Formats: sequence, C-alpha cells, structure tokens
Amino acid sequence: MTVAELGATSPAGVKPLAGTEPENKPEPVVNDFCISVATKNGSGSQTANTTLLRALFKMGIPVSGKNVFPSNIQGMPTWYTIRVNKDGFVGRRPDAEIIIAINPATALTDLQKAGQGALFMYADDIKLPLNRTDLYYYPIPVKKFATENEKDPKLRTYMANMVYVGALAQLLGIDLEDIEAALMYHFRGKRKPVDSNMKVVRLAAEWTATNLPKRDPYVVQKMNKTDGMIMIDGNTAAALGAIYGGVTFAAWYPITPATGVADALNEYLPRLRIDPETKMPTYSIIQAEDELAALGMVIGAGWAGVRSMTSTSGPGISLMAEFAGYGYFAEIPAVIWDVQRMGPSTGMPTRVSQGDVIAAHWLGHGDSKHPVLLPGSVNECFEFGWKAFDLAERLQTPVFVLSDLDIGMNQWMTKPFEYPDRPIDRGKVLTAEDVKRLGVGGFKRYKDMDGDGIAWRTLPGNEYPLASYFTRGTGHDEQAHLSERPEDWEGNMERLTRKYETARTLLPKPIEESVAGATVGILSYGSADMPIAEARHQLAEKGLQTSYLRVRALPLAEEVRAFVQAHQRVYVVELNTDAQMCQLVRLHVPEVAAHVIPCNHSDGLPLTANWISTAILEKENK
Amino acid sequence: MATVNVVKPTVTANSVAKRVNSIGLERIDYKGAESTLCAGCGHDSIASQIITACYELGVRPERLVKFSGIGCSSKSPAYFMSRSFGINTLHGRMAPVATGALTANHKLYGIGVSGDGDTGSIGLGNFKHMLRRNVRMVYIIENNGVYGLTKGQFSATADVGQELRHAGRNELPPIDLCMEAITAECGFVARGFAGDPKQVVSLLKAALSCNGTAVLDIISPCVTFNNHDDSTKSYSWGRSKDERINDFTYVAPQEEITSEFEPGEMKDVELHDGSRIVLKRLEDSHDPTDRNAAMALLQDARQNQLFITGLIYLQPGRPNLAQQENLGDTPLVQIPNEKLRPSVESLQKIMAAMA
Ligand SMILES: Cc1ncc(C[n+]2csc(CCOP(=O)(O)OP(=O)(O)O)c2C)c(N)n1
Ligand code: SF4
Ligand SMILES: [Mg+2]
Repeated sequence: MTVAELGATSPAGVKPLAGTEPENKPEPVVNDFCISVATKNGSGSQTANTTLLRALFKMGIPVSGKNVFPSNIQGMPTWYTIRVNKDGFVGRRPDAEIIIAINPATALTDLQKAGQGALFMYADDIKLPLNRTDLYYYPIPVKKFATENEKDPKLRTYMANMVYVGALAQLLGIDLEDIEAALMYHFRGKRKPVDSNMKVVRLAAEWTATNLPKRDPYVVQKMNKTDGMIMIDGNTAAALGAIYGGVTFAAWYPITPATGVADALNEYLPRLRIDPETKMPTYSIIQAEDELAALGMVIGAGWAGVRSMTSTSGPGISLMAEFAGYGYFAEIPAVIWDVQRMGPSTGMPTRVSQGDVIAAHWLGHGDSKHPVLLPGSVNECFEFGWKAFDLAERLQTPVFVLSDLDIGMNQWMTKPFEYPDRPIDRGKVLTAEDVKRLGVGGFKRYKDMDGDGIAWRTLPGNEYPLASYFTRGTGHDEQAHLSERPEDWEGNMERLTRKYETARTLLPKPIEESVAGATVGILSYGSADMPIAEARHQLAEKGLQTSYLRVRALPLAEEVRAFVQAHQRVYVVELNTDAQMCQLVRLHVPEVAAHVIPCNHSDGLPLTANWISTAILEKENK
Repeated sequence: MATVNVVKPTVTANSVAKRVNSIGLERIDYKGAESTLCAGCGHDSIASQIITACYELGVRPERLVKFSGIGCSSKSPAYFMSRSFGINTLHGRMAPVATGALTANHKLYGIGVSGDGDTGSIGLGNFKHMLRRNVRMVYIIENNGVYGLTKGQFSATADVGQELRHAGRNELPPIDLCMEAITAECGFVARGFAGDPKQVVSLLKAALSCNGTAVLDIISPCVTFNNHDDSTKSYSWGRSKDERINDFTYVAPQEEITSEFEPGEMKDVELHDGSRIVLKRLEDSHDPTDRNAAMALLQDARQNQLFITGLIYLQPGRPNLAQQENLGDTPLVQIPNEKLRPSVESLQKIMAAMA
C-alpha cells in the first residue's frame, strides 16, 4: 500500500502539530538506545552510518553497528542499526528508539513499527500519515539541503545522508568534532571530502538547532569506555591475522560476505610484504575462476610449502568438498576461511547463519574430519587468523575457520590485536640435509615417527635425490607408494585418527565461565557470544544463574564433557535450523547426551539477547 | 628464469662405460615405477618419450614436478622420473593445483599429464583459465577420444559418428583442445602422435623451454577401448594418415644453429631461455607464428578428419603468471620465516590508525 492510497495527512515540510506528541517531559535516556537508519542500498548511506558509529565510539561510549542489507546493488531497502549501550552490551536488539526514515519505500512501515516513545526523524518530502501520538517527529529538509549545498547532481543523494548525520548529532548531543574525526578516519585524512561533508553536517546541525526544538529524551554523554580500543570488522581482522601468520599465497572467488577478507589482503599485503631488499612482493593473491579452483590452488601451494589460504562462504564450501577431502588424505596444509551466510543460490545470501558447522567439519567424500576454529569476536578473528597457519602446517591438513556475516562484515569494538606470542611453527619438514642423514629407506612420507600421527614431509624443490615422493589422495603405504592392501589402508586411517586426537589437544580450548551452584549451562560459539553475555545478565535478573562454555574449535575439547556433566541442563545456543553444534556435543558426550538441549534459531538476523533469555526461560518453565 | 641447461657431454675415462647426459645422469635416473597400464597403451610410449626428452636435455629430476588429474593418462607421472616430486590430483583439477604449486615455487619445471576427459570435460574451465594465466609448465593431453579408466565412454574429443562397443554412436561435435588453447592465448600449441616418438621428443624439448604454458595434445591410442581401424585416435589411422605440418629442430641455448635445413628455407624463433626453434619453410608448410593460419589449419583438419601433427601455434612473448605476480628470483617457498611475519611496530601502527 502506498502512502497516497492511505491518504497522507502531512503535506511536505509541515511540522507536526503540538499535541500530537507525548506531552510530559520524559526522563533523559543517556547512552542506552538503538538507532535504525532506513535507507536504500547503494545510496551512499554507509559513510553516514559508519561516521555516526565512529563518532559515538570516539566519545567513549560502547557501540556497535550492523548493516542489514539485501542482495542487491542499488535501490532495495537497507537498515543500518547502531546500538549504544553504556554497559557494553552491543549485540543486536530488534527494536530501536531512534528511527531515521529517508527511504520513501519503507517509511510508512518504519513509522508503523516504531516503538512507543521513539524519536522519528524523516525526510520531509515523504508524505506520511502522522497519526500516532506516541512518537517524537522531526521532519528534516533532506532534499532541499542536498540540492542547495551540492552542485553535482550525482552526489546529491549521497550528501542527503550527511543531513541526517548533522541533525541527529544536534539532537543527541554528539560533538561535531567527533563527527569530523570520524570523517577523517573514513577519508583517510583527506581534507577535501572531509570539508565538503562537514559543511553539510554543520548546516544541518545549525538548522536543527534553530528549527526543531528537542522534545525527546535521548542523549549521549562522553564516557571513557572505549579508551585504548579500536573498531574493525571481522573480515579485515581475519586478513590481518593471516598476514601476521605469514600468509604467502591466497586464492579466492568473490562471494558476499567473504570478499572483504580478500579485499583486506589486497589492501594490506602490498604495505607489509614487500621485500625490503628486492622491492618485490613476497606473496601472491589470485582471483580464481571458481571456489573449486581456489582451493585447488591453495592445496597446490600448500603442498609446495607456502602458507596458503582461501576465503569463501557456504556455497563455496560446497564446491570445495572434493579438494577438502583430498587435502585430508594427502595431508596438505591449507586454511579455509568461511564467512557463513544463508544457503545456496539466491534469496538470502546477505543474511547471517551458523549453518556450515557440520558441512565444514566433515567436508569431503566420507571419513574425513577437519579441525575447525570458531572465532567469537573480531579479536579472535585476528588470533585464529595466524594460529590457523601454525595448526595447518603442524597438522598437515586443511583447517577451517568459521566466522560469519555478523562478525565478518559489521564493525566491532575491540582491544587492539596482540602480536603473536610465539614464533611461526612450520611443522615437520625435512630439509635435504635431514633426508641425507636419514639415508636410504629413512624418509617415509606417511610413517608416524613420533607417535602423534603426524609424519614428516619434504617439499618439492628439495634437491636430495631421496627426498621426493608421489602424492595421491587415497591408497598409499608409508612410503607413498600406491597400495590397495587392506592393512595399508587401515593402518593409514588409524594414524589419521591418532593425528585427529593430536589436533584436539592443540586447538584453542573453550572459555568457561562457571557460576557456583548453577544447574543450567549455556554452550555456544562464534557470534552468539555477544548476545549471550547480555542474555545471561537478563536471566540472572530474573533469578536464573547460568554457567557458560564457549567452544572455540572442533573436534570438541574434553572440557566440554566436564561442563555437560556438571550441569543438569545445557542449552546449546546457535544460529541454524538443524541445531548442528548440539548434535556434535551429543555425539561427543553420549553418556550425558540427555543434558544437552537445543536452543537454536535462524531467521537471517544475528541472535538477540531477548530471544535467547526468553527461549531458555520458556524451556526452563516447561 | 631458470633455463634448461644443455652442456655437451664430455666423455672422460671413467664415464666411458656408462652413457650419461650433460649433468652426469644415466637414463635409468629418469625412470619411474613399473607401469600398470594395458600393454601397448599409447600413454606408456609418451612416458618413455618424456624420459628421453628430459634425459637428453639434462633436466635435473629434482627440479621438475609432475602433475596429473585422474584417468589412465593421469596415472603415468608415476611411470617416469621417480626422483621428481609428483602429485596425482583430482579428476580435471590438475590446472589449479599446478597453478598453486608453481606459484609457490616458480623456479621448478612443471610437467603435467592429463587425459581428454580430464581436460576436455570436467576440467575444461580450469584448463582454459590456467592458459589465460600462462603458468609456466608443459601441459600434455594424452588424447584417446575415450574415457579409458572408466571403461570406454565417449570423451569430448570423440569424432561425430564414431562408434564404440558400449557407448554406441557419438552424435556430439568434438572439442578441439588445440583450438581451445589458442583462443585462451596459449603461446605454444602442438599436436603429436604417440606412435611418432621422434617428433614427440622434439616437441617436448621445445615445450620445456617455453616461458608459459605449452600445450601438447598427443594422440595416444587406447588399445582396449578405442583402437579399431576407423577411429581417428587409433594406431593404424595415425600411422597411415599422419601428416606433418612442419619440420623443425630444437636448438638449446648454448648450441649453435647447425640445422638440417638450408639457411634460405629457415625461420627461427627465439624462446625465453635463449633456445631457438628453427622451422623449415616448405612450399605448403604451416607458419605457427600466424594465429589465423593456425586456426584455419585446425578448422580444416577437423572438417576433413585430417591427422595433422607438429607445432601449430607459437607466440612466446606473453609474461607468465610468476612474472605477472612480480615474483623475484627467490621462490616464495624459500622466503625465510623472518620475512613472513611483519614487525610488531607495523601492527601497532595499524592498530593506532583504527582507534
Ligand atoms: C569427480 C570424479 N568424477 C568421476 C571420476 C571417474 N573417472 C575417473 S577417470 C575418468 C575419465 C578419464 O578419462 P580421460 O581423462 O580421457 O583419461 P584416460 O583414462 O582415457 O586416459 C572418470 C570419469 C572421478 N575420478 N572423479
Ligand atoms: S584402458 Fe586404454 S587408456 Fe587405459 S591403460 Fe588401457 S589402453 Fe591405456
Ligand atoms: Mg581419454
């Protein structure tokens, strides 16, 4: 239904009448609200939104920003939500106190959906039936400003976004200096674009001060809770982690939401990995023809001895299946960074999910099981970014890292990343000298010399004549000779199982926060971490104390067993339809599987604290 | 860029007994494992021609890596040069694995052996993209017009109207892998016949000196599933119809051009490593540096079911992938750990900028 069909009651530019808004002067709401900006995809609102976000961050207030966007380049509705929370809970909230409606296509719905007492800012050229009396209306002449202040018609839509930045800064009390600092960050210190944007921001702020008296209760105040913190998205964090892990070869194929990983590699590697003497790059990044080729190249490079990775999402993971199984059996290091999203083809490719857990863990053609790392924050994206290479080379196997769209593409505050605390571990590689020392019959590519299931390898280019071997997927004896003998196959599988147990001990341990006396536990992973912290707070306020175990890798650590045993009910909170981690936990602890209860949800949006606490309470009260 | 070192063997008192090549290795040093292919399979004869070419050129086995996909043909890297590293990849996926491995170490020689099914069907996309990237390696297709390892289905290079015992009659037009290679800007495209070892060896030697991907489509009869007389991929067809499109000699970098041809009838093309290909200019001979002529030749051969062999297309100038990637003299794999991880200060700087 269009606005016209409804019979618009507000002609453009007319301020709502006094009396149609809440009358009592409300108590101020300080540093605790959500802002939802409804715009169009591709209209350039991203700069405006991230500017607001970073300005709030610069004011020292805990904040997060999430882009909920369609699979479309231009024109379809997009919502950007900013959550400001003085207590540091910045997981997604479904509702917002501040709504900025500048997309005519959604303005009416935005209006109807606004919560009671919301600040409703809208472009005054959108005709809306302002018949709700529980909102604070702020019409702003977005178009007029943009036309008057931007000569280039092509830039007008973009500049329109800066109008709401200025107006909102004025209403909430965001320091214009912080807005300017945020723009400086965005434009990397380039004065000219900063100045032209600031001009519009200032004019809009002044106009708002004169024309729109503040009636709503929402204000910001400077804090010191972001001191020493940085703000970054998980994909950039992943790429930086990989770079500080020595990534040398990357092959990838474009896919939302993973493209940012390769983009960041392309941005930072030229700065960080040019040989100071030769001035030549010490890395190579290839945009492959598909994900199958991408992992094939990565496997080839890993086999030849360089640290290699690919980044992708679910559809790419499915194409990589055969190579993943190959890497497992031929025992070739590789890092596969999976930024999870909703399933195949079209529909919801830009929506978040934790749906690749089982697929990635068991990817291949049967009897292959891969180590999987599960970062729960941007900080862990960096940490696992470098650790994944040490693990892949130490274990000589493909290692998956499952991030997701929420961590990967959204901006998060974090402590600055810590430089790796240990030297690079290249794993068991024999040099020409080593092979020579071992003598004839000494080097056997697939022989377990150390009892940990990991054999020693040589690299192509090793010039000692006994160093070479012939690599195949399945069917080889200890010397890598083709073999179909049952005992060779079984012996090899036993060794691989031993290696898997070694992997279990090397992977990042779960993080446990147990509460004395709690009978209820929450087990989760990945991006669910942020809303869980808040959900546990909510549950505690309602009298339910919960322990929490965040797993950070597959295969599951032994600590999981103790945690499940120690709690009568363990809710496995995750963002997928098949309760995938719940199934894996039950398999891991069959003797107490009855304690393990699914608490999963998947609607394409990041989990919220409210959903989690309500779901757990409902299950508890049954 | 490494070159194929050819030093004329110096016969000394101790080496008189054994025949050795320019780097002092015997032919036996180039041997592989015992073949498990059918007796008489064309693939085995190609393996032994690879041995001959590498032995004669004096390629150090440790500096060569072998690649393959899956198929009878793809098994053959196990049957030559055991002292070289090798990797039997997935069906159709030799190209990406070789791309990664030869980027990690661009100083190694690459020899890949694939089949017509491996390259022409499941791996066609990856094949063409590898050619676009121009990875420096020799890419051999052992072309028998059939899927050997899965027992006799038609491959994409089978002729229209061809009949096979189990598969029946093929109605689909064939894919000409040489044409595909030319349209993907491959700089060295040749066709050979497993039953003509001498020519295959010359083509292999020239291919090994190429700066980018060199494609050798070698007709290699499958004696078990596709060797009846009316098959264009059979020995008898090849022996009776083989039409050489050019004569050429391969001249290694240090050698003088002492060609069998008279100067007036020669055309010579320098390859990247300083070696040369000297072509004999015959009345109606094909000039491989002419792209249109190469395409026309293939078109013509396809229409008339001609069995042509020789160097079809040669355009050695395009930079290879390692050059495009600006890789220096040190292969990526030899970059020491200290240079892999940027400094603490660099991270602090990045962090400070994000505050
Ligand atoms: C993904 C996949 N699909 C199918 C197969 C089965 N397969 C093995 S070899 C082959 C065909 C080989 O034909 P070609 O490449 O012409 O080699 P040839 O045996 O004729 O030398 C097929 C289909 C496989 N190994 N992997
Ligand atoms: S089936 Fe054909 S291709 Fe395979 S080994 Fe036998 S002859 Fe060669
Ligand atoms: Mg074949």
